[in-house]
Amino acid sequence: MPPLPTSMTLQLNPILARLMLGVVALLVLGTIVGAVLATRATSKPARATVANLNARIRAWWVMVAVFAVAVATGGVGSIVLFAAMSFLALREFMTLTPTSRADHGVLFWAFFIFAPIQYVLVWMQWYGLFAILIPVYAFVTIPGRMALAGDTTRFLERTATVQWGLLACVYCVSYAPALLMLVVPGYAGGRTGLLFYLVLIAQLNDVLQYTFGKLLGKRPIAPTVSPNKTWEGFIGGTVTTVVIGTALWWATPFPPLVAAAMSLVITIMGFAGGLTMSAIKRDRGVKDYGTLIEGHGGVLDRVDSLLFAAPVYFHLIRFFYVP
Amino acid sequence: MIERALARLARIIAGASVRFTVPLDPPERQRVYFGNHTSHLDFVLIWSALPAEARARTRPVAGADYWMRGRVRRYLATHVFHAVVIERGAHAAPATARHSVETIAAAMGDDASIIVFPEGTRSPDGSLLPFRSGLYHLCQRKPGLELIPVYLDNLARILPKGEVLPVPLLSRVTFGAPQRMETDEGKREFLTRMRDALATLREG
Repeated sequence: MPPLPTSMTLQLNPILARLMLGVVALLVLGTIVGAVLATRATSKPARATVANLNARIRAWWVMVAVFAVAVATGGVGSIVLFAAMSFLALREFMTLTPTSRADHGVLFWAFFIFAPIQYVLVWMQWYGLFAILIPVYAFVTIPGRMALAGDTTRFLERTATVQWGLLACVYCVSYAPALLMLVVPGYAGGRTGLLFYLVLIAQLNDVLQYTFGKLLGKRPIAPTVSPNKTWEGFIGGTVTTVVIGTALWWATPFPPLVAAAMSLVITIMGFAGGLTMSAIKRDRGVKDYGTLIEGHGGVLDRVDSLLFAAPVYFHLIRFFYVP
Repeated sequence: MIERALARLARIIAGASVRFTVPLDPPERQRVYFGNHTSHLDFVLIWSALPAEARARTRPVAGADYWMRGRVRRYLATHVFHAVVIERGAHAAPATARHSVETIAAAMGDDASIIVFPEGTRSPDGSLLPFRSGLYHLCQRKPGLELIPVYLDNLARILPKGEVLPVPLLSRVTFGAPQRMETDEGKREFLTRMRDALATLREG
């Protein structure tokens, strides 16, 4: 495995540069549409929706800028960015889920031992240990430590909570920067190209499902979980995202049909991730995991669509495209 | 400078969002901020959540048995937080308790505010313990004093009693509406009313 480039000069290869240009064009378009809508909205709920939309678009500018810098630093920046997101997401997750006084020790492990080691492994490109650290080593050490602490109340539930938080917020999220480990022969997008495509398709899908849902949404898919996720939003968003994902096949190592299949997998896993995290929020009686990103909620609200998409996308590429 | 850095650090460790149900107006008025007590981070967090004008004139009231032990703690208590140090709770005889109120009143002078935890000790499980009477005696000693309840949410999970290492969960600091002791208000009545004012902040 060739080591990660560690140069701190900013660089985007031609494929990334073109994708980036497209994203900026989309944001400009979104900002203009938002400004026009702001002048047209008259009723109170409409104004609130448009205000939230514009807050989201403003936050998108910041997120895109941060992501662009991270990707342009050639790897290390992406690892640092996703490590920070994992840490913040885990913080939001553990804050919301009930743990007991006796769990203090394992919570400390989760934040300060397992999460950092996981990202050091990504940085070292040590796939063998990266893939099993949390499913094996965290799984077999956390319950024992919790049993030692002596509190047996809802024991299984508490163990599961800590492990689930680690799996979702650290293990799954770390698969995104782990894409830097995959070297696909003959692909000009470089190590960060695969990562860029994943994040672009997953986030585009979120935006398009939101847009179709707001414009046409009538029939909720799972009304008890999230009234905002509708069949109209899901189908409209998925179809449009897959069309765009296929049209961007030149930015991937895939032929057009495979690019279509990959975008479909990302959109469906993205939807599943969002729905799952909504179910947890609904159970805990909150709308968002946090307040860090204006208009969007917390970090976990923004990365929920990557949770399930990143590992599946990673393993599909690793299985079919990496010799 | 240490103060500013510490205030920042405390807010980051505790991932604190700060909410004022009623704005502090004017911020520099002499007040008693009283909070629920579950963690050693508590007073630092209340102190760091205050607007700078208010923070500059606010001193925490700290138990001598903890804060005067060890060099670092003693330095922080006396030089950084300018704590008013008192003998407290079980260690203090009734005469000392009266003496403590005098110490606090003298330290407040005409313009300094204080941070107190009327439960007297950290609650082991985050529930609100009964209030001790110091708050009542202080209000008798300084009539018309403004009291602000401050509810600290989740600190019990971040750094619980008996732990040394904090876990970086998110917390919330809620400042309630100003309270005053009514004329002729009895001790028990007043302390219950203050405790309720603090407890209601837990819900919102």
